[in-house]
Amino acid sequence: MPKITYIEHNGAAHAIEVPAGRTVMQGAVDNNVPGIDADCGGECACATCHVYIDSAWLDRIGLPPAGSQEASMLSFAAVTQPDSRLSCQITVTEALDGLTVRMPEGQH
Amino acid sequence: MNQEIPHVVIAGAGHAGGSAAAFLRQLEWPGSITLIGEEPIPPYQRPPLSKAWLKGEATAESLALRPAGFYPGAAIDLRLETRVTGLERANKTVVLSDGTAVPYDVLILATGARPRRLPISGTGLAGVLELRWAADADRLAAALRPGARLAVIGGGYIGLEVAASARALGVDVTIIECESRVLARVACPILSDFFQAFHRGQGVVIETAARVVGLEGTAGSVTGVRLGDGRLIACDAVLVGVGAMANDELARAAGLSCDNGIVVDLMAQTDDPAIFAIGDCTSRPLPLYARRGRLESVPNAIEQARQAACLICGKPPPAPEVPWFWSDQYDLRLQIAGLPFDATEIALRGDVGTAKFALFHLTGDGTVQAVEAVNASTEFMGGRKIILGRKRLTRARIEDMSVSMKELAA
Repeated sequence: MPKITYIEHNGAAHAIEVPAGRTVMQGAVDNNVPGIDADCGGECACATCHVYIDSAWLDRIGLPPAGSQEASMLSFAAVTQPDSRLSCQITVTEALDGLTVRMPEGQH
Repeated sequence: MNQEIPHVVIAGAGHAGGSAAAFLRQLEWPGSITLIGEEPIPPYQRPPLSKAWLKGEATAESLALRPAGFYPGAAIDLRLETRVTGLERANKTVVLSDGTAVPYDVLILATGARPRRLPISGTGLAGVLELRWAADADRLAAALRPGARLAVIGGGYIGLEVAASARALGVDVTIIECESRVLARVACPILSDFFQAFHRGQGVVIETAARVVGLEGTAGSVTGVRLGDGRLIACDAVLVGVGAMANDELARAAGLSCDNGIVVDLMAQTDDPAIFAIGDCTSRPLPLYARRGRLESVPNAIEQARQAACLICGKPPPAPEVPWFWSDQYDLRLQIAGLPFDATEIALRGDVGTAKFALFHLTGDGTVQAVEAVNASTEFMGGRKIILGRKRLTRARIEDMSVSMKELAA
């Protein structure tokens, strides 16, 4: 099962096995990882599942970039960076095994 | 408080109660947690009930806030099909519907709201439905067969979302609204007109300024909605979506302050320091607007769950949020930031005709109080930032599309 490491803003790391087919957001919520709130439940409506993902890593595995709705939501999300993504929009596959996501200081 | 194993009891296992239990564990609450819910299933998301769930696009698993195994794993004692029926503040005990008395050190009331019922005849007929719980949604889904005729009483969010889902399922829909426009209590006339026209374009019949005087039936099943002007809207099922009332009876009976909801402060604390209240059942401060009110929304439930959990665990209070709401209908995404209190002017950014626009509600001094965005998430997100910053803007600048949202929000 793909293993994903979630790193809180304070540095606390949570290595979690997430079944393929769940989203990166759901992997965090299912395991009550602090820092990913997902208020809207994965509808891409709230931008409270914001994470940073090394974009070179994403390019290497061929993950598509943010779609227009995700990009709009990220445009004013808290503390956005070039490698910001909404974790509800990334579905876990075997190729994501070893993924590390870092969390921003806050989601609001 | 018993310092050995302090006990938090959460009355209500909806989005608010379920989130509070999870936040307490995230914040490393050292004591026990009992989460008491009336429904037979663990906490789940209600918003999809009017949308994906009706259309068969959601599963019980996708609806669940967290997997069923989460609760025992996190040492949360989840008691389903159980109601808190009594609250004895003097000895810090709640009484459950099965007769058990449960002592608490901290109590969180997350009792939610219930659908308002119409004081008319015929509401007990089979086929007269409401939508709050998953079981309600299952009954509604069973009624939405292709070719069936659904009458929706109330043109609010629930009514409009169900109408959109029903159309997708090939159901004939008539919306009956007593005000002169749909969304009359929650949106401005421009937005009401837009949604009304869009729904009509999708084949929904909308009767505005229509008074319902009774529901009529044959052999115990509903067959029509009788209007004040004498007309009968023939139907196979009726959805009543005319607002919700706070479940504050338990708090009231225990002497806690209530005013259209349980009165709480910005940390979700009631006037008893051992009792918190969160979610739809509360009347809460709205600090951006210098007033209080009841917010029926998932973001509010989560925000207040976090407030309560932070105070209970001795953590700093969470940052204040701008109230927000969303509604998906057809391929329209409506996102609303803020509340239009005291607004005197509306700026329209974008073109209503393209179904991609945002309405900014301004006070006399140009302070942005609320933004209603249709298929315009950048305006919604920028609007949240502008509202939180109490930024003032002119109508002309907002409406000038050559000025980017980044510039408006800067």
